[in-house]
Amino acid sequence: MSIQDKVIAIIAEQAVLEPSDVTLDSTLESLGIDSLGLVESIFAIEEEFDISIPFNANEPEESDFDISNVAAIIQGIEKLVAEKG
Amino acid sequence: MMKRVVITGAGTINALGHSVSETLTSMQEGRCGIGALEFQDVDRLSIKIGGQVRDFEAEGRFNRQQMALYDRFTQFTLFAADEAIQQSGLAFDGELATTTGVVLGTAGGGVSTWDDNYRSVYEDGKNRVHPFVVPKLMNNAAASHVSMEHNLKGPSFTVSTACASSNHAMAQAFQMVRTGMATAMVTGGSESMLCFGGVKAWEGLRVMSKDACRPFSANRKGMVQGEGAGIFVFEEYEHAKARGAEILCEVIGFAMSSDAADIVMPSKQGAARAISGALKDARLNPEDVGYINAHGTGTAANDKTECAAVADSFGQHADQLMISSTKSMHGHLIGGTGAVELLACIMALRDGVIAPTIGYEEPDPECALDVVPNEARDAKVDVVLSNAFAFGGLNAVLALRKI
Repeated sequence: MSIQDKVIAIIAEQAVLEPSDVTLDSTLESLGIDSLGLVESIFAIEEEFDISIPFNANEPEESDFDISNVAAIIQGIEKLVAEKG
Repeated sequence: MMKRVVITGAGTINALGHSVSETLTSMQEGRCGIGALEFQDVDRLSIKIGGQVRDFEAEGRFNRQQMALYDRFTQFTLFAADEAIQQSGLAFDGELATTTGVVLGTAGGGVSTWDDNYRSVYEDGKNRVHPFVVPKLMNNAAASHVSMEHNLKGPSFTVSTACASSNHAMAQAFQMVRTGMATAMVTGGSESMLCFGGVKAWEGLRVMSKDACRPFSANRKGMVQGEGAGIFVFEEYEHAKARGAEILCEVIGFAMSSDAADIVMPSKQGAARAISGALKDARLNPEDVGYINAHGTGTAANDKTECAAVADSFGQHADQLMISSTKSMHGHLIGGTGAVELLACIMALRDGVIAPTIGYEEPDPECALDVVPNEARDAKVDVVLSNAFAFGGLNAVLALRKI
């Protein structure tokens, strides 16, 4: 499973949707994921890839981690996984 | 008939001091008690700051048997209760003992006792724990030990409503004295979550700041935890007057409300109902209130919601009153926070000094109230409110008046 497929699977599980319903341009809001759901997804992603995501739920838009849509999240995670080496 | 209720004793220990006078001096000076955390495994945390109580030598104060039974939250409580009861000048025997109880708030109870013993069985692989683990960690341990130490035989229990625990507890104590159920009540709350497991759990929510607590400031980064206790003696006014007690201020009303909405996100309507309810209970007009001790956690969610709720409840007068968050100095004491913050209310009423919101750097248009930035202010106020809005949407607001 690629990073993209794994991330989509995690997000789909959180949104109680099929992975096929989660598209790259989906926003978390459009998938019905609220702030708690987001924190939970980030936790699941960190566990899956053994990485640390710089995300502060207090001001998500101020974080270094872009969560504007699924593609941005995947891109951010690919970068963190690559940096981990 | 409703009785009047006054505060005749106050005690505390927190990151700003080991007494009320030390704490109020620190608040007056706008001193920050938040610093690097020190405890086992702190290097495994990503949040490494907090408002920790320093130089508290429990071993010197409590004997070996007591130490085996007192979690740190109980130690803080007993320490602060001694100061409060001593100041009140009350000696509890006879009828006064049976009509005085203890209602305290705590969210976590003996968190470090859980932490130490889990470490012992899970990490160290031990199969035996100390026989007093349960009586040491239970949430009512502190209230029970205060009752035992001071011979308080009236209604006693512990309230646990997360960050509003102390305010809910003090509201219950107030209600008991007001209705004549008790002559006096020892009340307030305490918390001690600054251990590896306690902070690790909070890290998970990702609402903690790594550098400072900056309530109402546009560049805020979240909350910072504190620890300690605030304990008060609430007493029926005629009883206090008859014995010539020094009265710190009067408690004149309170209200509680539930958001019934979200387990972590606050609601403006829920907060506003508690604020308006407290005004109504105390028979106040909005213009009577000069100062509000804010819940002011330094999270975007709280600060914006709280300011909007104050604006809604006070209308035009919202721009006239002062509102500050002392969490910027002592950190968020979770279940004990309202109790330590009540000290800032007493200072405002009795000493005419408004505690500042320190760490304030940039105005936030969504928090456009007079937040008393960075420096304490001299001001005469007759009535103050203390806000507490908890996770779980449980709100409690107290109203106090100068006497």
